Amino acid sequence: MAKELYGALAEFKNPEDLLAAVRRARKAGYRKLDAFTPFPVEGLDRILRLPRPRISFVGLIGAIAGATTALIMQFYVNYAYPLNVGGRPVYAISAFAVVTFELTILFSALSMLVAMLWQNGLPRLNYPVFGAERFDRASKDRFFLCVSAKDAMFAPGETLVFLSEAGALSVELVPQ
Amino acid sequence: MTDRSDILPTRQSMGGIADQLTGIPLHFPAERRWLIAMIFASALLLLLMISVVELFTRGVGIWGINIPVNWAFAIHNYVWWLGIGHAGTLISALLLLTGSEWRNSLNRFAETMTLFAVVCAGIYPILHLGRPWYVYWMFPYPATMGVWPQFRSPLEWDIWAVLTYLTVSLAFWYTGLIPDLAAARDRATRRGWQIFFGVIALGWRGSAKHWLRWSQAYRLIAGLAVPLVVSVHSEVSLLFAAGQIPGWHSTIFPPYFVLGAAFSGFAVVSIIAVTLRSWFGLENLVTDDHLDLLGKVLLATGLMTAYGYVFEVFDAVYSGEKHELQTLADRFAGAYAWTYWGAVIFNFIPLQALWWRVVRRSGWMLLLISISVAIGMWLERYMILVTSLYRDFLVSSWSHFTPSFWDWSTYFGTIGLFLVPFLIAIRLIPMISIFETKELLHEEKVEKPHG
Repeated sequence: MAKELYGALAEFKNPEDLLAAVRRARKAGYRKLDAFTPFPVEGLDRILRLPRPRISFVGLIGAIAGATTALIMQFYVNYAYPLNVGGRPVYAISAFAVVTFELTILFSALSMLVAMLWQNGLPRLNYPVFGAERFDRASKDRFFLCVSAKDAMFAPGETLVFLSEAGALSVELVPQ
Repeated sequence: MTDRSDILPTRQSMGGIADQLTGIPLHFPAERRWLIAMIFASALLLLLMISVVELFTRGVGIWGINIPVNWAFAIHNYVWWLGIGHAGTLISALLLLTGSEWRNSLNRFAETMTLFAVVCAGIYPILHLGRPWYVYWMFPYPATMGVWPQFRSPLEWDIWAVLTYLTVSLAFWYTGLIPDLAAARDRATRRGWQIFFGVIALGWRGSAKHWLRWSQAYRLIAGLAVPLVVSVHSEVSLLFAAGQIPGWHSTIFPPYFVLGAAFSGFAVVSIIAVTLRSWFGLENLVTDDHLDLLGKVLLATGLMTAYGYVFEVFDAVYSGEKHELQTLADRFAGAYAWTYWGAVIFNFIPLQALWWRVVRRSGWMLLLISISVAIGMWLERYMILVTSLYRDFLVSSWSHFTPSFWDWSTYFGTIGLFLVPFLIAIRLIPMISIFETKELLHEEKVEKPHG
């Protein structure tokens, strides 16, 4: 039975109730928790103990890759087809600055966008929680806490009771 | 906490905001007005298509350009459109990073404005190439002829700057849009809308992990967009300042251009804000306080642009250089003095009304002043281009520039190129950021529980 479940979903009225419930769940020993909210709730990541994302690192690598690509491209192009314009230097680094800067930004921004989607596992058009009856309000005005069925302490009946005692407006089991 | 007043009325509910904003694409409320605007915009777009076909058939000779004025409407309108785009990125990115909550009601359509204004700007360097169908020569592709593009040329910089600006603006816009597309998907009842929003929302579910990574990516891309805005318009001004033509060869150009760009862009943001607010009854989200702030920003950027005007005069007089002084005299009293004085009058005279709070809070007044600024900035770009070129160093090469019918038709056509996709965007996606508005509303309610 437990194998076919994704987890237990509890609905809360506002972010404060959700934060209180997450604290309570962590105290009770639940570890595999996730929350679904209509906007980023401040402090939620700390209480859920989510690891810090590494998007900035990806952005830095993207920036270095962009600058390198731009410089190599411009030097190579002027090497392969040197144009003498009034005796001006062929390898004019100051004239290369604009394109180098632009490509640095371009590579960095795009790599961060891709990294964000990749780490979030998007696009993934279907997901178990979408099957939950009241989940459409997660993008409107309700705050959801989900206890994964993979959690060591997960037991369908007890978890639901625990969640309603934590102040949930409604609780339900989400099938896998 | 008294220094920060609430900008959104706290009476409204989060669910109400979500329903109201997703309701605009899902149950479109202003069909008639939208349709009339669309017919008008399509007519302009058709005019652009005819002009471009004519240009491709007969060449740039159909424009009024000649020697020495061989840079006229094409570059003039390129600079003007690109400038308009800048306020969108500044509102979104700079104000996001500085934590100004009032951006939330404005950023989405400001970013959308940026995208399409940059497209309008981007077609101009292509059109003025002479043989525009060879535009792909600007890209370093392994041609069998062994000819590579000239990376020391500002025209080459244009391609990279505009394409980068467009791509990064698009990435930033879409990143901010994903959570709202999910909200629209969850509200949609018709099958077509469900599929449309379902696919483009990428399956966003508002998980805490998602939000965490999303926020970091969004802020970092914003952080990159701010120097990008400054660099793109500085690059444009370098096209001028790197030349020796009197009136262009000046160190004030990069900041002068960037501020002028922000000035005209904020004017167009105000025009759009006032129009959309009255079309869709969004007075509860785009409040009088928002207009008040827009008015203040417009006034501030306007005064900074005015400093550029003063400095230009100072620069010419202080240099004592004969040709600089000649160009200055031409601007004040030459054949194109009307563009200089037109720019001064349209840019700065109505603007002074914004010192009064009651004017800033009136939609109509702000709209009229903003239209005046858009016209004034257009005249300013015309003035910078033509008054410098029509009398350069050699008396033998002095000549005049008169825009031809095709100059005008291409310019008005690009207004259609801007409006058509913008109107389609209004029809398809939430034009005000839903989740950020809810976040702000929640913060306000927490801070003022008795409100």
